[in-house]
Amino acid sequence: MSVDRALGGTGNWLDERIGGAKGIRVLLRKIFPDHWTFLLGEINLYSFIILLLTGTFLTLWFQPSMTDVVYHGSYVPLRGVRMSEAYASTLHISFDVRGGLLVRQIHHWAADLFMAGIFAHMIRIFFLGSYRKPREINWLIGIVLLTLGMLEGLFGYSLPDDLLSGAGLRILEGVIQSVPIVGTYLAWFLFGGAFPGHVIIPRLYIIHVLLIPGLILALITVHLFLTFYQKHTQMPGKGRTNTNVIGAPLYPYFLAKTGAFFLFVFAALTIAATFVQINPIWLYGPFNPVAMSAGSQPDFYMGMLEGALRVMPNWQWVFFGHTFAFNVFIPALVPLGLIFTLAAFWPFLEQWITGDRREHHLNDRPRNAPTRTGIGIATITFYGILWAEGANDLIADHLDIPLYWTTWIARVTCIVGPVIAYWLTKRICLGLQRKDNHLLEHGVETGIIRQLPGGEYIEETRPVDEDALAVLSSRVAHPALPAGEAAETEVPASGMRGAIGRVRERSYKILTESAPIPEHIHGDGHGNGHGDGHGPAQVRSGGATASGTQAEPHPGDEGH
Amino acid sequence: MSDTNSPGTTGGDPGRGSWPEYLGGETGRPEDQGPPRRVIGTPSPAASRTMLTQPDGGDGEELIEPFTPPEPQDPDRARKAERIVVACFVLATLAGFGFLVAYALVGVGSLTDTLHSNLWLGGTLSLALLLLAAGAVIWVRQLMPTVEITEQRHPMRSAEADREAFKETFEEGAATSQFVKRPLVRRTLIAATVPLAIAPIWLLRDLGPLPEKSLDNTVWRKGLRLLAYGTGRPITAAEFNSPGGLISVGPEGYLANDDEMAKAAVIIIKFRPGELVFGPETRPGAPSVPNKVVPNWTVDNIVAYSKICTHVGCPAALYEQTTHHILCPCHQSTFDATQGAKVLFGPATRALPQLPIGIDSQGFLIATGPFNEPVGPSYWERS
Amino acid sequence: MSWITARRRHPAAGYVVIAFVLVIIGTAYAVITSGYASADPQATPNSAQIAHGRNVFLQECATCHGLFAEGTSQAPSLIGVGAAAVNFQVTTGRMPAAELGAQNDRKPPRLDAADTAAVAAYIQSLGGGPVVPSAAQVGTAGANVALGQQLFVADCAACHNFVGAGGALTYGKAAPPLTASTPTQIYEAMLTGPEAMPVFNDLTITPQEKRDIIAYVTQVRAQPNPGGFSLGRVGPVTEGIVAFLGMLLFMVLAALWITAKHGKAHE
Repeated sequence: MSVDRALGGTGNWLDERIGGAKGIRVLLRKIFPDHWTFLLGEINLYSFIILLLTGTFLTLWFQPSMTDVVYHGSYVPLRGVRMSEAYASTLHISFDVRGGLLVRQIHHWAADLFMAGIFAHMIRIFFLGSYRKPREINWLIGIVLLTLGMLEGLFGYSLPDDLLSGAGLRILEGVIQSVPIVGTYLAWFLFGGAFPGHVIIPRLYIIHVLLIPGLILALITVHLFLTFYQKHTQMPGKGRTNTNVIGAPLYPYFLAKTGAFFLFVFAALTIAATFVQINPIWLYGPFNPVAMSAGSQPDFYMGMLEGALRVMPNWQWVFFGHTFAFNVFIPALVPLGLIFTLAAFWPFLEQWITGDRREHHLNDRPRNAPTRTGIGIATITFYGILWAEGANDLIADHLDIPLYWTTWIARVTCIVGPVIAYWLTKRICLGLQRKDNHLLEHGVETGIIRQLPGGEYIEETRPVDEDALAVLSSRVAHPALPAGEAAETEVPASGMRGAIGRVRERSYKILTESAPIPEHIHGDGHGNGHGDGHGPAQVRSGGATASGTQAEPHPGDEGH
Repeated sequence: MSDTNSPGTTGGDPGRGSWPEYLGGETGRPEDQGPPRRVIGTPSPAASRTMLTQPDGGDGEELIEPFTPPEPQDPDRARKAERIVVACFVLATLAGFGFLVAYALVGVGSLTDTLHSNLWLGGTLSLALLLLAAGAVIWVRQLMPTVEITEQRHPMRSAEADREAFKETFEEGAATSQFVKRPLVRRTLIAATVPLAIAPIWLLRDLGPLPEKSLDNTVWRKGLRLLAYGTGRPITAAEFNSPGGLISVGPEGYLANDDEMAKAAVIIIKFRPGELVFGPETRPGAPSVPNKVVPNWTVDNIVAYSKICTHVGCPAALYEQTTHHILCPCHQSTFDATQGAKVLFGPATRALPQLPIGIDSQGFLIATGPFNEPVGPSYWERS
Repeated sequence: MSWITARRRHPAAGYVVIAFVLVIIGTAYAVITSGYASADPQATPNSAQIAHGRNVFLQECATCHGLFAEGTSQAPSLIGVGAAAVNFQVTTGRMPAAELGAQNDRKPPRLDAADTAAVAAYIQSLGGGPVVPSAAQVGTAGANVALGQQLFVADCAACHNFVGAGGALTYGKAAPPLTASTPTQIYEAMLTGPEAMPVFNDLTITPQEKRDIIAYVTQVRAQPNPGGFSLGRVGPVTEGIVAFLGMLLFMVLAALWITAKHGKAHE
């Protein structure tokens, strides 16, 4: 039977039972725009699939049990050492199962890449404004996926019950214990009693292989469905508007490209697992509550919390027989909690401040949203400084910086750094906007010098080409704040009243601060070729009085 | 400032809402050059070219040009690319089989064998995947024709008529179900679900015992010998006589009990005369003066401190004999061993508790009482 | 427009900005790493002397340690430290110290074996102290590596890291990596507690237990890394760096390739 007939036969069989020829055809023709940043989310998707595959392999040999055994296996230095079955089974997978070490390492590298990809993807979404309506739901789902990913990784690398991850569990227990009122109860319930107990590994195991992957899978499904259904955003460019998608269809283009990318992800992980050792638990040794190693850090996606714990000054308050251990539960809950809360509220905050409730399908260039970009960079700076502090003893050792200085530097820069970063980023964005405006208003220098009849020398400029024009002029002004009633009555519009209204107005001015949108584009009929006769561009709050003016791109004017 | 749709503007098919003016409501411009471009989702002005993707079931006629062309634009380039792609896939096949062979031939069991196995298995697999990936990308880029197709978006918001219809249906159903009209039925239903919703959480009560006094005490009590961790040997003050010496110890009978050792681990440090800053003599177990070593809890300038850091519980055995600092490697909490292990730096808030020690009749170091305060990290009930 | 903004297009503007930033970074780093150039004031005092050792001592050591090893403001007394301490310090190249820093790091030794032994004997004669262990005393044949592992992680890893890759201490000091230490040096270090390291005398950790620890350290550091490059055996920090600078970068490059627009082939 030929392939055609086989496929046709199968298709027919399915269609007679499910139907869907029309719907699936629409899906096959769905257009996907092309930009390399749009593939960052796929890093996570494919890493997750690889995690599922390699994880299933590992479960076939791993023993999630804290029962003590004395080791007599292949790894010589630990023969005769008392350890848990979980640790012993991990040694077994590493040294006695062919491909076991490779799969273990692919699994762990995939977890790292999953998290690194989430950071990259989230940053792209934020700086391009892709979280705006109608994609706020996906943004929130993404934040939940980030949190679940962190927990999943934490629980996963704790399963082998080695010294390093066991120290991490000890820290987790100490942090939970410090929570006011319920802390000790939560810790006792999680660990089934005092630390370390005998049930934490089996409990983390079921959470790690069933509960969280189930949640992640469900959320990823919704996440992808929404991306398909709402259609992907696209980058500004020639012909690209807010009401179309330009690209290639799902079948066969996007399927082929995404398949290739999956292979690349798998290849990258396998190359790393072959040539770079990760999580060598045999070197750490089994967990024992009396032992500790210098340079103990969690996996990188937990590093910010670790840094927060190190940077915190030793504040506590003992009040009527109870201790508020600020030194522990504040760093554990506040910095990351603040970032996640701000991130979750951000799309709605932006909508409230600007009053912009339109759908947005064209991505912003980061420079066209200077305040948003500045806040994003400031947040990354804050996160990054605490993250670096998590490795402060290694930094002290290898960069010859005295140990306590690293902590003091982190304490100061985690406050000062974001402020400087915000200011610096915003100025850079405004500068870039001015540069774009200059190109639009004056065109591109051609290097051709001409002498005018009057004797004056000028440089010829040509208008920017269509593609660049579309990109440069893609900026859309924010809608104006609602105006009040007649000027004489001075009654502000609803939504602008009272203290909240004043906050909104001030925030609006800051959030929408941009270089002005140029009023004319070089090459749209005005005289040109003259030198810089324009005065310096003024920065004023965009759109505060004018209703949204759009720069109208004019198709291919030739330079005069 | 609202985003109401103006219904009935051109540009959308009847089943969906249409774009508001400010968004342009454009009908995507077909480009006039380059690869065949199609605008889908919009009725074209030419009657003979009906779009096939109207969800409301327009009868499609065949398009004059295909949606995606069958051949790439540059056949020569495509032929060259095809050779490269085929080469990649052939090599990938070989590498894949290499993986299967390597699995059969290369064993594991020792570190060196595992190293070789990992390199062979991983190397062949990496090669296979990388070549497949590279071949696939070249295929897409060079063998498949380039297209750029425009698809119209529709506002996410449903058409007004649909929203009205939905609202009607929903309200109709609610009325029919009597849910709204009969409050007693409704309220008792909700009341019944409350305990059932709590039940799954309630069932978790037996996850663990209540902490009670567990965090307040360790197993240390008068008479328990200090045994060196790992070796399990008791220690005499006469043996532990080198100034600057340190060793991790635990209570006799509990060295293999991880749950107890997580609280009961202790370090003993030997000092020279005059180095320790003593406070007043104190009964074992009674509160001591902060920042001072209790003299009758030491033996011959040997002092015992809890090893469990008071920050979040890591065992802190990093000791600098020149500065007398006990430094916890987890978060750099630093304690001064000559001044009752008071906190010098870092996030820990409490000093390490001092264990009262003495010697028994045979000269071995023993505890002469329990700790005078809970060891380890702070918690709510700790006063 | 401010003064700076008006000059943003000056031809030298870019260079000025880069130079400015480099100066800031360089100054900051120099300031940060300059800390704690003074040596620790306290160390175990001891000294000893016999003839040749005395001469070598006078040439190489007396400037800092005093004419009779009694110590000066710059260096501690060596009376009673024992030959083991001297042997350790000299064979690891830490002594004679060229300059005083927060601590002395391992270097190629300045004195040859004969001179080293002589000075050690001289110091031993001054006030006694631990002697250099014999080859048999540091031989690891038949050692209980498992016990060595248990002792190492309980008492040594907090400074030296779980395999002896080293770690940070306070005020610019660091526990050195044990990758180059000979069994004799490891034994001597445990016995004499050099600089900030605590002392583990032979009654607290017996010679056999010391051999067990040495066996663990030497065995683990010599063994291959079956998973690939070890990244320093310092744990997840270097792994995270590889994840970002290696894998994520690779993925970005792959994405760029897949989505790149064609060059001249594009019609």
